[in-house]
Parts: sequence; structure tokens; C-alpha cells
Amino acid sequence: MKQMLSREPFALLAFSLVILTMPIWLAPLGANYPDLLQKFTIYAIFAMGFNILFGLTGYLSFGHAAFLGIGSYAAVWSFKLFTMNVLPALFFGVAFSGLFALLIGFISLRRSGIYFSILTLAFAQMCYNLAYSVLTPITNGETGLQLTLQDPRIIDRALAEPGKGLPSTELFGLSMSGYSGFYFCAVVLIVCFFISRRIFYSPFGLTLRGIKSNQSRMNYTGFNTRPYTLTAFVISGMFAGLAGSLLAVTDPLAGAERMQWTASGEVVLMTILGGVGTLIGPMLGAWIIKYFENIFSAFNPETLQSFFSFLPEGLRTVAVDVSSLFVGEGWHLTLGVLFMLIVIFLPGGVMEGWRRITRRFGGGSGTKPASSPNAAVQPAE
Amino acid sequence: MDAIFLQFLNGLDKGGAYALIALGLTLVFGTLGVVNFAHGALFMLGAFCAVTFNKFLSYELVVLDETKKTAWGTAVEIRTPYIEAWFGDFGTQILNYSVPISILVAIPVMLLIGVSMERGLIKHFYKRPHADQILVTFGLAIVIQEVIKHYFGANPIPQSAPDIVSGSANIGAWLGLSDNIVYPWWRLVYFGFSALIIGAVFAFLQFTTYGMVVRAGMRDSETVGMLGINIERRFTVVFGIAAVVAGLAGVMYTPILPPDFHMGMDFLVLSFVVVVVGGMGSLSGAVLAGFLLGILQSFASMNEITSIFPGIDQIIIYLVAVVILLTMPRGLMGREGVMEE
Amino acid sequence: MSRLTMTRRGLLKAGAASGVALAAPMSFIRGAHAADFCNMPTGSSVTLGFNVPQTGAYADEGADELRAYKLAVKHLNGEGDGGMLNTFTSKALKGNGVLGKKVEYVTGDTQTKSDAARASAKRMIEKDGAIMITGGSSSGVAVAVQGLCQETGVIFMAGLTHSNDTTGKDKKRYGFRHFFNAYQSGLALGPILADQLGKERSAYHLTADYNWGWTQEESIKNTTEGLGWNTVNAVRTPLGAGDFSQYLTPVLNSGADVLILNHYGKDMVNSLTQAVQFGMRAKQVNGKDFEIVVPLFSRLMAQGAGENIKGILGTTNWNWSLQDAGSTAFVKSFGQEYGFPPSQAAQTCYVQTLLYADACERAGTFAPPQVIAALEGFEFDGMGNGKTLYRAADHQCMKDVLVVRGNENATSQFDLLEVVKIVPRDQVTYDPAIFGGDLGPADAKAC
Repeated sequence: MKQMLSREPFALLAFSLVILTMPIWLAPLGANYPDLLQKFTIYAIFAMGFNILFGLTGYLSFGHAAFLGIGSYAAVWSFKLFTMNVLPALFFGVAFSGLFALLIGFISLRRSGIYFSILTLAFAQMCYNLAYSVLTPITNGETGLQLTLQDPRIIDRALAEPGKGLPSTELFGLSMSGYSGFYFCAVVLIVCFFISRRIFYSPFGLTLRGIKSNQSRMNYTGFNTRPYTLTAFVISGMFAGLAGSLLAVTDPLAGAERMQWTASGEVVLMTILGGVGTLIGPMLGAWIIKYFENIFSAFNPETLQSFFSFLPEGLRTVAVDVSSLFVGEGWHLTLGVLFMLIVIFLPGGVMEGWRRITRRFGGGSGTKPASSPNAAVQPAE
Repeated sequence: MDAIFLQFLNGLDKGGAYALIALGLTLVFGTLGVVNFAHGALFMLGAFCAVTFNKFLSYELVVLDETKKTAWGTAVEIRTPYIEAWFGDFGTQILNYSVPISILVAIPVMLLIGVSMERGLIKHFYKRPHADQILVTFGLAIVIQEVIKHYFGANPIPQSAPDIVSGSANIGAWLGLSDNIVYPWWRLVYFGFSALIIGAVFAFLQFTTYGMVVRAGMRDSETVGMLGINIERRFTVVFGIAAVVAGLAGVMYTPILPPDFHMGMDFLVLSFVVVVVGGMGSLSGAVLAGFLLGILQSFASMNEITSIFPGIDQIIIYLVAVVILLTMPRGLMGREGVMEE
Repeated sequence: MSRLTMTRRGLLKAGAASGVALAAPMSFIRGAHAADFCNMPTGSSVTLGFNVPQTGAYADEGADELRAYKLAVKHLNGEGDGGMLNTFTSKALKGNGVLGKKVEYVTGDTQTKSDAARASAKRMIEKDGAIMITGGSSSGVAVAVQGLCQETGVIFMAGLTHSNDTTGKDKKRYGFRHFFNAYQSGLALGPILADQLGKERSAYHLTADYNWGWTQEESIKNTTEGLGWNTVNAVRTPLGAGDFSQYLTPVLNSGADVLILNHYGKDMVNSLTQAVQFGMRAKQVNGKDFEIVVPLFSRLMAQGAGENIKGILGTTNWNWSLQDAGSTAFVKSFGQEYGFPPSQAAQTCYVQTLLYADACERAGTFAPPQVIAALEGFEFDGMGNGKTLYRAADHQCMKDVLVVRGNENATSQFDLLEVVKIVPRDQVTYDPAIFGGDLGPADAKAC
């Protein structure tokens, strides 16, 4: 089984199957509604792209959300100016974020370690602060960039008479909201998985890993690492831009807070939570965090009351009182506790937990014995 | 001219606050090699020491007045702080001075919090990657923040400075400048206080044997360990000191910024920028960067400047950080080899 | 023949069965069975979505909003003392739920971020089947969620949002606002400022650098300049600046004698506290007492600013000390339930819920187009703000606005604001055309 999964067609097939059947297997968890499914796939792309930079090269960018935001703004502008078709929007989102990534990466990669992190953080915060205030004519500031009835939409208007209300995003007539939006994102995610897998096992990917484990040694051999790290940075920025434009595709609104440092921190947390440097770990991390944000935050004492209704009266009150600390307005607390528990007991994230379980119960197949201690020991900054 | 002088004062005041927060952060970086994202939470906990102390002092005697009813039909509560009920005017005085007095409370409390945090959690992360340290301390910061929110609510809780320093000082008149230069007493107190604490930390590290060993440990903890010195215990103390410094910064800041559960996070990014601009592991760098950024931030928000570069006051700190890091590879005073592997 | 019938019946059965089998995957898609409109309630209950900030800086306001919503649900379902149902001039609501269906609710956390608010609203619409979304405590969130609700065809009853844009530039057919706005604050505050501070004043604005701040600055500036005041300067401050000293010191020497703080929430608490520390309340300029004005006030913010709020003028949507029948009934039932009086955010949210329920009852259906029609141009009283009109042109409530002052001698820890004047509705009514915008269509949408 494992052997089979490590072969590309099977890996891809298995991955596609899991993603495309999400509406079914997420049903028992109460997470099978379009918006959350879309968020799952989109943030998986975001985290996967971040992992190409952080997981492979070890460069910890603390401003990756800027590219997410730029991708969203570019996509919404494409909807406003040209057409509601999503393909140009994706193109502009990826192109613009790639351009910014090239610029920011070129400057930031002159430094390494925490200095690099702070440089990326500084750029992202500048983007956020300006987008929120001075650049309001472009970004619409606090309220976020939205479609309006007065938008030019020159291509669409040239082809057909506009309808009464706001148009919705579409792919050649197929509306991109609801489940069709999810399937579209899912297909994009599968493509991204393919690309990211290819990068992981390519000579380029191996070079990046080499940079991570010892950059100075690479430099001593006369190897110029900058073009490689810059390429990784730009690719990862483009993934973020793609995720950002998909956010706009499924919901045509772009807000500045997408670029705030907390959003950048979130993707770092997703990646570490799932497992840095693993192919699907960051995606799992993204799912966990989005699940908490959307489902745990919605519990209130009344829902808990019915959840614990099998308990006798006294016990039920205690159970509801204790658990209500961790859900609803306390969901942040659960998230904090979860971060701590995972890092303390599972330094390699969810993926390490998975490896430990398979190693214990899988009869010591030990196909990847080397990778897990590596992941835990390697300095990851 | 007056405006420039006032902005300079503002800068010093801000810089003092930034330096004080960054000092503890860089102390932990430099000695323990730990990226502590919970440092902002320690600052917030310090502020809430003041809040708790004040709450404790103003613990109220509640008498129900059955003759009067509230709008919803219950008896009106007449509240008098116990301390006033028992000690009269003296009690009122203590209440008035609750912020400065709570320093005495905050020192042992923060020391305890710092030491137990280091012993219970941080020490297991000395050899772990920085990414793990970030995640675990960030998680801890969220937990602390949410616990505080649970008990104190999300709304800011005002704390007032003692009456005697609640007004403004006429600095212009002292210096023989114009009469227009007035500055709040409490901000002057805060500036003096931060200078005092910064001086004390430096003196401790520079002039005591204990401090000398810590400094040696910062350079090369292995060798120091081989000399038979229990460097780990000293590191615990250093972490405790860092917590106390952050906590005191928080206590004294409460009259300026009514504390709420989120104030630590608000300062977190800023303090990291200060530390990195100053140079990793350099205490004097952190102080210098704190003042530099404080002063630049004040000047950048002057109308004359924002009318030329709109929005510059929003991004000045980050702009300066970028310029400094690009021209000086390790910040203002960073040492080679720290956090760069 | 009979054999044929049998076969045909068999065929029909088989056909139906295969149809069900084919449709099975589609049943994941909510509303695939032709519903007339999004989340049409089919069972014995109807679900409302309460979208309030539960984390972040406005969490306390959100908590108070949620309390009010729960109280409103109780009253709608005929539990408790009925609160404002007894004073509301429309008597369509009977305390047996809405249109005979029991009211249930789901909650969500907006985190005071547009993205999170929309995600949470979408969850309530797509997963929980909410027929109406309400809540929020900032204009960014209100505009974002309102846009979403217009697209999905779900009615949005805005909570606390004060920006002109919500019912101006960004107004939507599906969005309704009971709360007043910055423009009305200006209209209400103007005459009182002239009355209390005189007509020869120089004002200095500190404005939060985003949409809401700008609209408020503009509205207040227009009014004060209309009074003959001079505007010395209007300075933008970054959101969440924390320490405002670098913006406050220039005020001292600017020759201004009034400082207007266009800040809200934490920013307002901080800037006001610090302004008072800079001695601005004790200052004399141009032979007049220096004054601070905070155009938008709330009791929770007043609590955060403590002593510093005393004597400061501002406007508010509602205050619990009002003595009309609706207010007293609401304060009584809220106070009995929770032990303290409601905030203005709580009042607006409570009223919005009742208004929505009443509109459904009067329309005789939950179908949004009819409910919208029932709300548009609806005139009512007994909800604590005097005679109120839900204006059809922009979905903004026209009602009295309170001018308040920080209470100098508070009798309890809740008694923080003193009502200076109830500015009558006529004085704060304006032409909806001045802000432009387009409500868009009211067509029902299946979701």
C-alpha cells in the first residue's frame, strides 16, 4: 500500500479522491457546507505554498499574507474592470502576487534567519497599513473591495446586457458560489498538490533542502543559492496569490485584514501544526485551524446543553460549564491549548503523530525512518 | 520649535516604553536563545497585576438600600470600598497610589510567573527549533490572554495615576523656553522609571559577578557549564528578571493606556521589530533601537511631514526596519552568528 | 390491461427509485428541492443567525448584543415578561414565535473582521439554515455582511454600525439599519455644541484613519463649520495606535479650543484618556475653556475611559436612563435577566430582532421580498426611540438621537451618561439622495 502510494499516479489519485469526496466524509463533523469546504481547499493551497518556502528552504516568512491580500485585490479588480469569468481573475491574482513576491523576495532574501522574517513582516505590515488607510481609493479600506452595480466590467458588458442585481463569479456560465465553487477550488488544489509534489522530488527541491540543512556549505562549494531561494519565494508567493484570488472567486470581496500579521502568523501556525516540510501536513494544519474558527466558535451553551443531554442533571451543568470555556467565545483558548499540546508532545506536528501511529501499528514497515527524526531536530528557521 | 521639542519628548517617552519591552525580550533571546512570543503576554500580565491590586483595594462593601429601587426592580446597591470604610482618608490615599504601590506586588508575582514559566515550559525548548518555540509561546500567549479575558472581560479597565502626578508639568518655563511646552507628569515619571530599570538591568549584568557569569553564558554557555557553574539556574533567574521587567513596564503603562486582554499582542510585533533592528542578542542595541524608533515615529506623525508623505506615520517603523536591516546586516549592534544558522 | 398497468406502476416505481438514487448526491446541496427562497422554514421552527464579535476588542459589546438577542428570542416565544412587545405599537406579534413557528437561533463570531464575519454568516446560511442574519459592531463588518446577504437573498438586520456608508453608498435592499449614523450625529450635535460651547470656536479633529472615521469627520466638520466654527486641522491617526501622544501634542499649541475625537472603541478610550492627561480639560485657550467632544459614545466605552469621560459631549443611539415606556420595559426585563442595564448595542439588536419578526408577521410570510416590503416605510413607536420610521429609500431608521454628556456625579457604576437633549427626529432627518448608492433588487433567491 505504502509503496503504491509513493508512486505518482496513485498518490495523485488517492489525493483527488480524498479531496473530491470531502462533502461526504466531512458530513459527520458538521463541516460539509460549501463555504467551509471552499475555505479548506483554499487555505490548503496557501499553506502548501508557504511550505515550499519554509519547509524546503527553512526561510520563515512572516509576511506571507501580503501575497494573499494582493491576489484577492487583483482578482476583485479583474471582476470589476473586465469580466466575471474567474480565469482572468486567477491569472491577475497569481501574476500580481508573483510580481510583488519577486520584489519583496529580492530585497528580503539578502538577509537570512530572523532578519529575513522581520523584513518580510515589515513589508506585509506596510501593505496592510497602507491598504487600510491611504490606499483606500484602490482597496476600499475598512469595508473591503466589493463589486458594485456601477463597475465597468467592459468585457461582460460588451457581450451581454447586465442583469438587475450584482453578477456572480462564473466559469463560462457555471456559477462559482456554493458546491460548484468548492469543486473548482478542489481541482485547483489537486493541481497545486501535483506541482508541489513535483517540486519536492525534483533536483530543484533537493537543492532547496540542501540550502536548508547547510547554506554556508552550499555557498562554499561555489554554489549561488540566491536564485534558488528567490525562485522558491516567488513560487510560494504565487501559491498565496492563487489562494487569495480563489478567496475572491468564491466570495468577491477583498479586505485589508487578510494582510495583517496575524494572518501571516496563521499560515505559519497551520504549517507547523500539520508538520513542516511534509507534503500534506500543512494542509491538515489549515483544516484544523479553519475547523476551529468556524465550527467551535459557533457552539453556545444551548448547543452544549443538547450535546450533553445524555448526562444526568448535575453532571450536565458541570460538563456544560467546563466545556463552554473552550467553545463559542472561548475557541481561541482551545486553539492556544492545542498549539501547546501539539508542539510539546508532537514536535513534528500532526504528520509526526500519524507516523508514530503507523510505526507502532504498521508492523514496523519503516519506509521513512530517516525523515521523522530529521524533521524534529533540524533547525527550522 | 515648541512642536519639535514636544515631539522629541514624546519620542523619548515612547522609546522608553519600547526599550523596556524589548529589553526583556532580548535578554531572553541572548541568554537562552528562545524566541518568546509570550513576552507581550507578560507585559499584559504586569498591567493586570495593577488592575487586580486596584480591584483588591477597592473591594467594595455592598449595602442594599431597600428603599430605592433600580430600573429593573432590585434594591439599589450602595458601594464603598472596604479600605475607605476601615481606614478613612488614609484608605483613600492608598487607593489613589494603587498603581505605584502595585509595583511592589508585581515584582514577586512576575518573578514567580517568569520562573515557573521557564521551569515548566521554556526549558524544554532550549534545544528545539525556533519555529517550535514560536508556536508554543504563541499558544501560551493566547491561553494567558483568554484566561485574562474570561476574568476581566474584553473592555479596557481604566487605572488612574496618583492625583499628585495627574496634571501636566510646565517644562517650557523650567527651561526658559516658551510657556507652551507642558507635558503630563505621569509620562515624565514613566520615562524616568524606564531609564531607571534599564540602568538597573545593565548595572546588574555589568557590575555583579552573577551578571558576569550570565554574560559569559550568553557568549558560550557550554564552556561556562564546563567550569562547573550551574548556568541553567542562572538562566532561570534571567528569565524571571525579563518577566519582571516586562511586568513593570506594563504596570507603569496602565495610566497611559487602559489595559485590556489584548494589549500584549498589540505590542508583540513592535517589540520584535525593535529587538531585531537593535541587533539580536544586544541589550544596548535594543535600548538604542527602542529610542530611535520612538523618536522617529513621533516626528513622522507631525503634520508637516504627513502632508508631504501621506500615511508615513503608519509605516515609518517598518520602513526604518527595512532600511536598517539592509544597510546593517545584523541590525544596529547585533553580534555575528546569533539566530542566523 | 391490468398487466400493463402493473408494469407501468413498476416502471414508475423503478423510475422514482433511480431518481432518488441519482438525486442522493444532490441532497448534499441544500435547497436543491425547489424552495421559493433561501432557507424557507419548513418545520415547526425558524432559525435566526446572530453574528456578533465574541473575540477581539469588541467582545464585550458582542456579549451584550448576544444577551439582547437571547432576550428577544425569549420574548418572541412568549417566555419572560414580554419586554417591548407590550409597548411596541404594532401588535402583530403574539408571543407564539413568528408565524406560529418557534424561534431558534445560531451564533457566530465575527472577530470584527470582514472575512471572518462573512465566513460565519455563510455558515449560518448554508449549514444552519438561518433565515435572517443580524449583529456586528463595526461598519466594515456590517457592509461586508450586508453585501453577502444581498447576494444570497437573506435579510440582514445590522447591529451597531455608525458609518454613513451602511445605508448610503453601500446600501442594500436586503440590509436594514436601526442604529443612527455619523451624519445624524452631526445634525444632532451641532445645535447643542453651539448652545453649550458658543459659535466662535476653533476645532481640531483627530480621526481614525478609515472609512468610518472619515465619514464622521466630514459630517461633524460640515455641521460645526455651518455654525461658524473654524476647523484648525483634521489629523488622521492609524487604527489601534495605542499611544496618541504624538498626535495630541500638536493640539496644545494649535490655537484650537475644541478637540473632536473621531475614534471608537479602544482608540477612543486611549485617545481620550491621554488627551485628559495632557491637561486638555483644564486648559484655557482664547479665553475659553478647552473642550473635548466625542461624537459617538457608548456606555461600555465610557466604562473603559473611567473618570476621563466626565463632562464630555457626544451622541448615542439610546441610553438606559430614558424614561419612556419602551425603554423602561426593556431595561426592566434585561436587568431582571442579567442584573445590569443594557447597552445601546443591546437595545438596537433587540429592537432589530423584534422588527424583523413583526415584519414577517405582518407580511404573513417569511419570503424576503414581502418582508422587505413590510419593513420599508414602516412607522412605529414604543421601542425606546420615540416615533420611528424605517425609511424606504435607504433602509435607515429615522428617529430621535440622544445628545449625552459624561455624568459628573454618577449614582451607580452604570450611570455614566447623562442625557443632555433628545434631539427630535425632524432635526436629524436628511435627504437620502445625498449619499448616492443603489439598493438593488429585492428578488427572492433560492440558495
